[in-house]
Amino acid sequence: MKPYVILGNGVAAAHCIEGIRSVDKETPITVVSAETHPVYCRPLISYYLEGRTEPARMNYRPEDFYAKNNCTVLYGRTATAMDAAQKTVALDDGGVLPYTALCVATGSSPFVPPTEGLDSVEQKFTFLTLDDAIALKQAATGKSRVLIVGAGLIGLKCAEGLRPLVKEITVCDLADRVLSSILDNDCAARMQARLEQNGVRFLLSDTAVRYEKNTALMKSGKQVDFDLLVLAVGVRANTTLIKNCGGKTERGILVDDRMQTSLPDVYAAGDCTQGMDASIGQQRVLAILPNASLQGHCAGINMAGGDAVFSNAIPMNAIGFFGLHALSAGSDCGGEVYEETDERHLKRLFSKDNRLTGYMLIGDVARAGIYTSLIREQTPLDTLDFERLKQSPTTTAFPQRERRHKFGGAV
Amino acid sequence: MKRVYVNEEWCLGCHLCEYNCAFANSGEADMAVALKGKPLYPRIHIEEGDKICYAVSCRHCTDPLCVKSCIAAALQINDGVITVDQSRCVGCLTCVLVCPFGALAPNENGVMQKCELCLQNTCGAPACVQGCPNRAIVYEERSAAE
Repeated sequence: MKPYVILGNGVAAAHCIEGIRSVDKETPITVVSAETHPVYCRPLISYYLEGRTEPARMNYRPEDFYAKNNCTVLYGRTATAMDAAQKTVALDDGGVLPYTALCVATGSSPFVPPTEGLDSVEQKFTFLTLDDAIALKQAATGKSRVLIVGAGLIGLKCAEGLRPLVKEITVCDLADRVLSSILDNDCAARMQARLEQNGVRFLLSDTAVRYEKNTALMKSGKQVDFDLLVLAVGVRANTTLIKNCGGKTERGILVDDRMQTSLPDVYAAGDCTQGMDASIGQQRVLAILPNASLQGHCAGINMAGGDAVFSNAIPMNAIGFFGLHALSAGSDCGGEVYEETDERHLKRLFSKDNRLTGYMLIGDVARAGIYTSLIREQTPLDTLDFERLKQSPTTTAFPQRERRHKFGGAV
Repeated sequence: MKRVYVNEEWCLGCHLCEYNCAFANSGEADMAVALKGKPLYPRIHIEEGDKICYAVSCRHCTDPLCVKSCIAAALQINDGVITVDQSRCVGCLTCVLVCPFGALAPNENGVMQKCELCLQNTCGAPACVQGCPNRAIVYEERSAAE
């Protein structure tokens, strides 16, 4: 009996295993894991730095998870090639795995731009894996000066986690604001201010063009002396296997709403994929944890012969730094904007064509999921009291029939 | 599975459920000691609209988005009851981002808490139900509503 094979051992893979087992309890599963840890909570690596969790509490599933699900995990192995016609995967140790159905859940890799003199930097890190975080934590001391290149979510969470451990942190980014792919100018300024209040220094519209051992020479002509360098410019979806096999890829592996790739019996899930963003009706990479779990589960069911569809993926992010939270979902599709702001709070609701398409909340974020559900379910706004919803997310804005449906029985 | 349901036509909006909830989860034996002069962090809250009000707590969804979205695997399903392992929670608020009912909120320390049907505390059965003066809140088995 040829096994199901899952490439990758992250959150998408864990949910893929559970999806398969909800349909097929028998057929063995083989997991190819480049990392040598059982599945862990990847977004917690910054919390590990600051000591709010520890590796033992970062396990995403119980110890007996793989055994109970009849899974063999090949730790420290990567797939080097696949043959979609023969339905086999070649491994870096020369082994060949035949598969019944395959799920590619290979995640993404840090993108490190080639920069002159980078080889001369001794203490340089990326920040994507638990091993990255462990190495960084070991290297950090109370005297460390840290330069983080990249003011995206990875760079800034790294800055927050490192802050109590080190002497100083400078973050640079070519963009003119922090979190430029998630936040607009106003929101970015508020999050930046919170980070600055907590001792993180920024050099924006600027980046390192040359390194000389412990010094970065910046585009602006400035110099930054550092002990530890963290490269957090961005990540790229790991698509090579599928691409080399003739499967369709763009910025990620293209998947349909059943998580099937363009190759027969080959599925994909998680950060390596590019699927439909229901808030804009276009395909894009949505590298967020909820998407990885929902896609992984969906892929698993379909691999095992079930019939699952996941068609309402939207971008959604809960971002927090030093106690200031920003929650956002969906997209600004260029329609109407409802806005409320004061010094401590910000609320923006984006609507178009009788639908809520996105929102952004900073400060007061209570019950934001009610807004998120309107975007995911594409609820027509004229079927509820949108004026009331603008004031605060409340289910009293729904008509009584809808409230009865939501609250009157099991959901 | 038995869940907490609220009949909105009977809810008086008295907020007693919020007090009973906070008390039941306080670990204190005396309500005054538990609540007097302190900010309230109940796991149930009254939603008030135009001429309607009703209490909202976790629906214990059969396919819970909060559990699937939790970055720390702190939210878990135990025999159908959705519980939070507070020692794992890092307070990222992803569950607040995704819960369609607005049923989760952090406690005074920024750690998530939610209705666990009082199965873990000394009450043993939902305190909001026991203390509801108009029996608007009930604890019973129901199938999906139409």
